[in-house]
Amino acid sequence: MALALGTGAVVLVVLVWELVRPTLRRTLIGLQLRWHARRTAAAASGYDPGRERRAEQRARALLRSCVAEHDWAMYTDLGFLRVRGRLGEETGGAVEGSEYAYLIYPHKPIVAYVPETGELLNEYCVAFPDLSRPYGSARLPHSDDVLAKWMALTADERRLIGEANMHLPGRQIDPERVRRDIARLARWEAQRGVRAAELRPPGNVRAA
Amino acid sequence: MKLLRMKPGHGEIVLAEGDIEVPEQERALIEAFRRELDEGMWAAVPTETQTGRREAELVKSFAEVPRDAERVIFFPRAAGGCGAEPA
Repeated sequence: MALALGTGAVVLVVLVWELVRPTLRRTLIGLQLRWHARRTAAAASGYDPGRERRAEQRARALLRSCVAEHDWAMYTDLGFLRVRGRLGEETGGAVEGSEYAYLIYPHKPIVAYVPETGELLNEYCVAFPDLSRPYGSARLPHSDDVLAKWMALTADERRLIGEANMHLPGRQIDPERVRRDIARLARWEAQRGVRAAELRPPGNVRAA
Repeated sequence: MKLLRMKPGHGEIVLAEGDIEVPEQERALIEAFRRELDEGMWAAVPTETQTGRREAELVKSFAEVPRDAERVIFFPRAAGGCGAEPA
């Protein structure tokens, strides 16, 4: 009885193996080809993860040297920067209910929103492509992209917004994610003891 | 003063460095500055206001760079972006 069962088991295993073998072989060859193609593509584009990591470290150091300590902490803790919008100030000062701000994410659109209500206003799609592609890519390191947006926004908000492609919220970034980030930011600032009034510019009527 | 340029795959590189009070070094800085602008770069000077707020100033010529600026950062000009990839 045991011998018959054993023989049956062996026959079953052999049959299953014979059935599975072609599929397994095709899968393995496919994986091998994909792996080889990925390596070839990486070599052709000159992508080097170590170099990219070092580039990002340099970019983070540069960003840190440019922004305020509070903003740097925000970036390292939350992964984005908030910049207060100032276009209203140019036309006679901010008016009650008109204050707005931007969230800057690396290599994602800038999101404009109303801090008071959390209402999302727009997405501004903007990039800083280096067409010389020194290492095969036109993309700046993440933190350089954030710094470029921060510098352009704080220096000439109107110009940057003019260059960007404007979309309604949700085109590129999930609005729920942005709302979560706004809530995270509020909690983070509460933990750090930052009062809302401190974030408002001097002379802003809402800060009075 | 240092002229820095953001570069993909590298981070910033130092394009030129010198004392703007020394005519020869100032000339070298101006040449490097113009070269970057000719290549379509934007130039920004990080600043700090009297109230301590950090911001930046975009400059279009070397004459606009504050004499006491420690660095000018060049970066590719902005272009309407975002491909079709949703986040």
